[in-house]
Amino acid sequence: MTDERQAVVDAQGLRLQFGERLLWDGLGFALHEGEFLAVLGPNGSGKTSLVRILLGLLAPTAGSVRVAGQAPGLARAKVGYVPQQSGFDPDAPLRGCDLVRLGLDGHRWGLAFSSRDADERVRGALADVGATGYCDAPVGRLSGGEQQRLRIAQALVSDPALLLADEPLLSLDLASQRIVIDLLDRRRRHAGTPVVFVTHDVNPILGLADRVLYLAPGRWAIGTPAEVLTTETLSRLYDTPVDVLHVRGRIVVVGTPDDEGVHHHEHAQAR
Amino acid sequence: MFTELLGQHFVHTALMAGAVVAVVSGAIGTFVVTRGASFAVHAVSELGFTGAAGALVLGIDPVAGMLAGSLLVGGVLGLLSLRGRERDSAIGAVLAFGLGVGVLFLNLYQGYATEATNLLFGSIVGVSDRQLAVLAVVAAIVLAGIAAAYRPLLFSSIDPEVAEARGVPLRALSVLTFLLLALTTAEAIQVVGVLLVLTLVITPAAAAQRLTANPATAILLSIVIALVATEGGILLSLQQPWPTSFFISTISFAAYLGARMRTWSS
Repeated sequence: MTDERQAVVDAQGLRLQFGERLLWDGLGFALHEGEFLAVLGPNGSGKTSLVRILLGLLAPTAGSVRVAGQAPGLARAKVGYVPQQSGFDPDAPLRGCDLVRLGLDGHRWGLAFSSRDADERVRGALADVGATGYCDAPVGRLSGGEQQRLRIAQALVSDPALLLADEPLLSLDLASQRIVIDLLDRRRRHAGTPVVFVTHDVNPILGLADRVLYLAPGRWAIGTPAEVLTTETLSRLYDTPVDVLHVRGRIVVVGTPDDEGVHHHEHAQAR
Repeated sequence: MFTELLGQHFVHTALMAGAVVAVVSGAIGTFVVTRGASFAVHAVSELGFTGAAGALVLGIDPVAGMLAGSLLVGGVLGLLSLRGRERDSAIGAVLAFGLGVGVLFLNLYQGYATEATNLLFGSIVGVSDRQLAVLAVVAAIVLAGIAAAYRPLLFSSIDPEVAEARGVPLRALSVLTFLLLALTTAEAIQVVGVLLVLTLVITPAAAAQRLTANPATAILLSIVIALVATEGGILLSLQQPWPTSFFISTISFAAYLGARMRTWSS
């Protein structure tokens, strides 16, 4: 990379080790404005750990990370975070507007007084994701797709410099997956906000990802999808023969140690 | 008879004590229910009983022992900040042991058995002016704590994953919630007793959450339901000499049933 602009994420020499188990070493990448980085890999390869490092919630065993030029913990206010669809309790006392508002100032002390500025920003964020109608709806009664729309508004309301999405498509139907991806992509194109998108299935974002970071136990690779998602690269990463098949415009990875035939059954909850 | 009783000083004190306890119980209940920590309320309250029984053995103020017991277990539960099944079984184990120790203390205690009965089932009409003052001070502390940390309390109890990503210290807020709960529980024990704390801390909040999704309204409604139950229960027990705790839990439960039925029919 010979990019002169300042990177939004600058990771160098990252090493992550839990006891004897080495997840990755020497991991480095720079993420610039407008970029879409897909983070792929099997369960336990440290995808969520990478997200937590970028949020400053986990310290890497070695190496350095800067987010928007700052230590990750200090940059949290500039990061929009979209979790996987979590399914709120049906009786949770929270409406769509409240959820988005928490993304704006829920981390601050004191009572939540309504202010014109805050209300406008919440309304704006809801309008951006086409969720104006969910403002007064109890979040626990909305569908998974509707909740994820609100999640994106919650992440965007603070006008972030970086978007981190950790398995945001999990347990969504295809139409809702499409909406979530489009909303993140729209923000990236209009505001230049780069996206780090953790997923176990690359297919929904195949046309979108500029680069893929593939984490495998003890190894990693980064590059364009065409460079990384190949039989050669993945066989090297897994240290075992792996086949990358192209079937009807989809990519199917066969032969990985956690293979279940098709590569999208797992439920990533690696912590 | 009824109007005569209404003029009595001890009835006024009881009504005021009931109001104070209802307000704090209804307020903290919302955060406890959204955390899914109803069972923890029971543990905190039973360990409060153990503390009070221990204090009786030592010959000190049982309320001080109760506070110590519930604060201790509240602090520990908050620090562990366990989730789901792990928390469930951990609380069950701690609760059972604490109650066992409480039984031993009661056995060692040579005083009146009424003290123990009062702890278990409440004794609102026995509240003294000094106790009322203590109740009011502790309630003010709890309400101030809730107000000061309202937004992160709400964020961390309903949406912990994003709250953490936004920099909300989850463990510290878990400890805060459980300490405020412990203080509230020690208050509620004096009105409804150890075994019925849930009727003021959980039932009104659960009912309120069936009726509204607005968090601030849910807290206010929860307080109102707890107030109606407590004050109504005290007044009814003046009419009909059955235990106050029975009336309070009945009104509270009726509100809960009503809230559920309203949402079923709509």
